[in-house]
Amino acid sequence: MTIDEIQQQIIEDFSGFEDWMDKYGLLIELGNELTPIDPKYKVETNLIRGCQSRVWLHQDFVNGKIIFEAESDALIVKGLVALLLKIYSNRTPHEILTSEPRFIDEIGLRQHLSPTRSNGLLAMVKQMKLYALAYEKLSSKNN
Amino acid sequence: MIPDIFKIRKDFPILDQKVNGKPLIYFDNAATSQRPQKVIDRVNEFSLRYNGNIHRATHFFANKCTEAFENGRETIREYLHANETAEIIFTHGATESINLVAHSFGDAFIGPGDEVIVSEMEHHANIVPWQMMCERRGAKLRVLSFDEDGVLEVDQLDQLINGKTKILAIAHISNVLGTVNPISEIIAKAHLKNVPVLIDGAQGAPHLKIDVQALDCDFYAFSGHKMYGPTGIGVLYGKRKWLDSMPPFFGGGEMIDRVTFSKTTYNEIPYKFEAGTPHYVGAIGLAAAVEYLNNINNSLINRYEHDLLTEATHKLKQIEGLRIYGEAPEKAGVISFNIEGIHPFDLGTLLDQMGIAVRTGRLCADPVMDHYGVENMVRASFAFYNTFDEIESFYKALIRLKTMF
Repeated sequence: MTIDEIQQQIIEDFSGFEDWMDKYGLLIELGNELTPIDPKYKVETNLIRGCQSRVWLHQDFVNGKIIFEAESDALIVKGLVALLLKIYSNRTPHEILTSEPRFIDEIGLRQHLSPTRSNGLLAMVKQMKLYALAYEKLSSKNN
Repeated sequence: MIPDIFKIRKDFPILDQKVNGKPLIYFDNAATSQRPQKVIDRVNEFSLRYNGNIHRATHFFANKCTEAFENGRETIREYLHANETAEIIFTHGATESINLVAHSFGDAFIGPGDEVIVSEMEHHANIVPWQMMCERRGAKLRVLSFDEDGVLEVDQLDQLINGKTKILAIAHISNVLGTVNPISEIIAKAHLKNVPVLIDGAQGAPHLKIDVQALDCDFYAFSGHKMYGPTGIGVLYGKRKWLDSMPPFFGGGEMIDRVTFSKTTYNEIPYKFEAGTPHYVGAIGLAAAVEYLNNINNSLINRYEHDLLTEATHKLKQIEGLRIYGEAPEKAGVISFNIEGIHPFDLGTLLDQMGIAVRTGRLCADPVMDHYGVENMVRASFAFYNTFDEIESFYKALIRLKTMF
């Protein structure tokens, strides 16, 4: 499935909810289900520190695709992280660079991507894109 | 006798609204307070009808604004019971006030090997300016610690203050712990050894009646937006003897006497420290906020705020797994806490869905977080327009939210 197709699926999953408790309940559930990041990757260099929540992001470049692992200490952020991994992990740098995580706005959670210093999530998305940019440049240099 | 809170709430139009479909419960007053209609009206009046730059012209608008601005300065002098209006400097807030003192007092009086004391419970605004100044001047920062209850270990001052100590900077009320510090006692100790004291009154000014002469503090800093006034305006009170002997902080218009390229001389206080066009509309608005506060019965309001804190503390303590940080015997309406197993960000986000505004995060007080070994906290902070019903709703919301985790 393409990134956009997965985003559409996420939007549909969340559109059924009338009540905020159900919406956040699902996010918390997704957060709880997220595979914890390998402890050896929970290091300072992988830490994106926001004062509201912390996010750890690890990446590997395998066969032309970036594999992301990520985690947060806040459950709701973990749920959003799980969704972001669904769309961005195991993708080529080009795919990552040419799409935006519009689903967050569409499911009514735009405030969690607000550009404040406190928000680890926005910083994580930026970091994912930076990795994609770096790998894309590296790949074109090697070709 | 309780104050007529219903009537007081009507003075604050912003309170009467729904957030995320629920009645607003605003418990983030330590971050910023709301404005009474009188303050909004005053600011609008000047923006709509009399806007003219102050001190710089002789036309009607200029005169009107200048008069209101300087009357505002006198209103604040009276509110603080300062000796003279020249000792009231308008700044952009407590942070700028503290930076001003750190920089200028530092330039005048602090040199290599000297020491500055702050406390472990300070907001970053009362730590970082001193760190920056110490680095520039080759001085050392010393720290007065607090105990498990959030009470300053004031006895330590006897050892901490030595021949090298040049200034002591302490919060009146802690923005995390709510502790009301015994600043009179601290000031007395410091003065015995000829050490001046700056008080960070960002949380103190909204909740306590300040008498700078009775306190005998050398500097007192506070922000307008935390005491029902506009943003972007604040005050530094300083004793004349210090302000006269400190060099200016910012350079520019107004703060000069005469400018030539070979030499520039400076204006008298307060203008020496008010470079550029001040936020005169903000100052006028702050004066209106002070007038509003002068008109409500202070002792009744203080008592009411104390009762709100007592009730909130009592209810929160009934919640299993909830820990309150800071339970000093003298405490203002600030409760910082964590619930075991629930991240503050998650709690704050969900409380927001229920119309309840609290602060989450590190509260601009990294050393306090480090003291308790936590990454962040939830903070509820009250003002006199909050109600017992709101506290009950907050308690019920927390109970309900716990079931989601």
